[in-house]
Amino acid sequence: MANGTIAAHGTAEVDFYHVKSKHKGLLAWLLTTDHKRIGIMYLSCMTVFFLTAMTFGVLMRLEMLTPGMTIMTAQTYNSLFTLHGVIMIFLFIIPGIPAVFGNFFLPIQIGAMDVQFPRLNLLSWYLYIIGGGLAIFSLFGGGGWVDTGWTFYVPYSVRTTTNVSLSVFAAFVLGFSSILTGLNFITTIHRLRCPGMTFFRMPLFIWSIYATSWIQVLATPVIGITLVLIILERAFGIGVFDPTLGGDPILYQHLFWIYSHPAVYIMILPAMGVVSEIIPTFARKPIFGYVPIAISSLAIALVGYLVWGHHMFSSGISDTSRVIFSLLTFIVALPSGIKVFNWVATLYKGSIVMSAPMLYAMLFIFIFSIGGLTGLVLGALNTDLHVTDTYYVVAHFHYVMFGGMGIIFFASVHYWFPKMFGKMYNEKMAKVAAIIIGVGFNVLYFPMFIMGYMGMPRRYYDYLPEFQIYHLISTVGSWILVSGILIMIANLLSGLRNGSKASSNPWEGTTLEWTVPSPPPLLNFDKIPTVDHGPYEHPEIARRKEEESK
Amino acid sequence: MSNNVNTAVEEVQEIHMHRDDFGSKMGMWLFLFTEVLLFGGLFILYAAYRYIYPEAFVVASGELDVFMGGINTVILLTSSLTVVLGIVALQKGNKKLCLSFLWITVFCGIVFLVNKYFEWGAKFHHGIYPKGPALQDMSEGEVMYFGLYYVMTGLHGLHIIVGLAFIGFVMWQIKRNILTADNFQRLENAGLYWHLVDIIWIFLFPLFYLIH
Amino acid sequence: MDTNNHHDEHNDGHIAEAHHPSYGVNILVWIGLLSLTAVTVAVAGINLGSLALTVALIIATVKSLFVVNFFMHVKFDNKVVKIFIGVCMLIFVIVLILTFFDLTFRF
Repeated sequence: MANGTIAAHGTAEVDFYHVKSKHKGLLAWLLTTDHKRIGIMYLSCMTVFFLTAMTFGVLMRLEMLTPGMTIMTAQTYNSLFTLHGVIMIFLFIIPGIPAVFGNFFLPIQIGAMDVQFPRLNLLSWYLYIIGGGLAIFSLFGGGGWVDTGWTFYVPYSVRTTTNVSLSVFAAFVLGFSSILTGLNFITTIHRLRCPGMTFFRMPLFIWSIYATSWIQVLATPVIGITLVLIILERAFGIGVFDPTLGGDPILYQHLFWIYSHPAVYIMILPAMGVVSEIIPTFARKPIFGYVPIAISSLAIALVGYLVWGHHMFSSGISDTSRVIFSLLTFIVALPSGIKVFNWVATLYKGSIVMSAPMLYAMLFIFIFSIGGLTGLVLGALNTDLHVTDTYYVVAHFHYVMFGGMGIIFFASVHYWFPKMFGKMYNEKMAKVAAIIIGVGFNVLYFPMFIMGYMGMPRRYYDYLPEFQIYHLISTVGSWILVSGILIMIANLLSGLRNGSKASSNPWEGTTLEWTVPSPPPLLNFDKIPTVDHGPYEHPEIARRKEEESK
Repeated sequence: MSNNVNTAVEEVQEIHMHRDDFGSKMGMWLFLFTEVLLFGGLFILYAAYRYIYPEAFVVASGELDVFMGGINTVILLTSSLTVVLGIVALQKGNKKLCLSFLWITVFCGIVFLVNKYFEWGAKFHHGIYPKGPALQDMSEGEVMYFGLYYVMTGLHGLHIIVGLAFIGFVMWQIKRNILTADNFQRLENAGLYWHLVDIIWIFLFPLFYLIH
Repeated sequence: MDTNNHHDEHNDGHIAEAHHPSYGVNILVWIGLLSLTAVTVAVAGINLGSLALTVALIIATVKSLFVVNFFMHVKFDNKVVKIFIGVCMLIFVIVLILTFFDLTFRF
């Protein structure tokens, strides 16, 4: 594992941005195998993809402001919701937290100097960029923008003349990137924990990344082969799913959701892990119920494999399997509930510091609980049939995905910003942005629950006039939300330029990343640390305990 | 000061040069799981369509040559054996014998591909290919059977090619003494990959050739 | 075949520490695999009706177990590898069974 970026003068004192390396300028980044630089590279690319897909979303909302045509044609609208979904899901939500914060903090939190396979890590990044590039490129290639929705359901995806093959191939490449990251993280967690770092002394973020990585390794290949089959079916007319040849399109949906439901947990588990880091830090208390939270991550990963059928309740699967999948779906609520109650119990009698990351985490618990509970409405067969493919579903998955992963992505940026960049941001502005985002989010998505319940179908270009008031409120909400996000980004960028220097432990965190300088040196630690206590034992508490024992 | 720098550099090198054979084996196994589930998706499809069209699968299977399939099974099993023997030889320090064993593996792999080529060629000749004249006259179940046949054996053949490239790379490293009697993990990883490809064929053979 | 079993139970070290390499056992396994191939072809000729698929799959599974345990050295490997393989197979089987809850009652 010779590391190309390390040259003779790399001492432990210089931070990883300023360490001298064999390559200069941009190449020092593009050829790096340093997990921290790779994390930063993911962050910058992801920001671009996120803003692109967010723009698509805002345009869609603008189109829905009035019935009939407002600013675009129906075909453009179909393409926009497809691209909004594909980019958000495959390029932001799925890789988001593991690729950025997992890369940056996993090795530091377990007391390692890098991941197990640093070069493979860089390869994952390149695959991510190639996949993202292909997805964007498919906009301009022949045949027109994809209009299948992000699910690429057959038989339409086999028959449409738009650029499906390229988009599908992009998703395949992204899947490969995701697999390699997962494989790398599992091996790293098994092999590179520092002395004394037993599995049950790992921070909960690591537990959640561990569970996520397993899903990445064991679920992503299924979508890989499914997407390849679409390409083959389009290119050669091989009969696999096409009903005119005797195929069964519902089998496509099975294979698609065998991956894509566990993928929902790839999205949400790391976010839950971050919450489990932020809450003990700002409640100044060890987390309540460490072991149940750790185990519930694995439980969610496992149960996540058993419930994919609830995406297909109305697509014609057998009644027996509908009942079974509905029952299993309710079981997922248990481990999620365990986590929420443990977080709340951690807050109880804590000395809570309402900082910006904490504010986002609270926002997450509020929004995610709404998302989770409405999920139960969708998991029950009879109510699901009423709201299938309506805005109710759209509202539900934005509450769990954007409200879950997106909000926590913002929280993570704020929580780890001082460590990653060595600078502080304006705390007050950050809180203002968080509040605007919280308000905008609910104004944007809550009316969707109501109109969905009233019967407004999703993905429709036009609607009856009685829905207009809800669409109007929702569109105004999108403007509030976007202003909040822009304020947040501007605040972070100005912190990056002019922020005061961050100390190594601005939040009084207790996990290992707060023991190293901000930003960390190239190899993270001068000397591999030795751990002899749990991850959230606050030094203050440890001191008091010691005094008591005296 | 310069002393300080030197120790740091040494430390850097030590960490990045440090070898973790078990770690790389673990990484390889995790990769193999992704391959298992990649084919797993196809096996699920196979199971589904065989369940839906049991008779058509029997009829369509009659088009395949059990003898050719059997020969290919023997060839792959033998190639798997020689990889393991190659590892044993390298562990015992017998580089030359190791390379000879691996050459047999490569030879077997190529013969397997040639056989596949003739098998596919014969089907194409009879018009049994997607959108082909003979296939269009067949029943829906037979179309599904051959769709899966081409996808699964094709993907398997692709894995044979990748496996051969992997083994070729490892052989080159053995030749240059990069891999030796006490550093053979990469050969073992190439072997693991090759055996997995073998296992997949162990299932493909009865599922496609031996239905009566 | 059991003699090689004890050495690697604790092989958690960084450098691979092989069990005593031997040509003989592997050749025996290969002969076993070839015989099983012959058996599965022969059995396919007998009309077993609905049992035919089960028998073919059992033979294929036995063959795979030989390959995994001996050629892939899992028999002599660390416990972690065995657990990993178990998890992977468990997930696959669960997914297959749940899919068939749909197919069995739909067709």
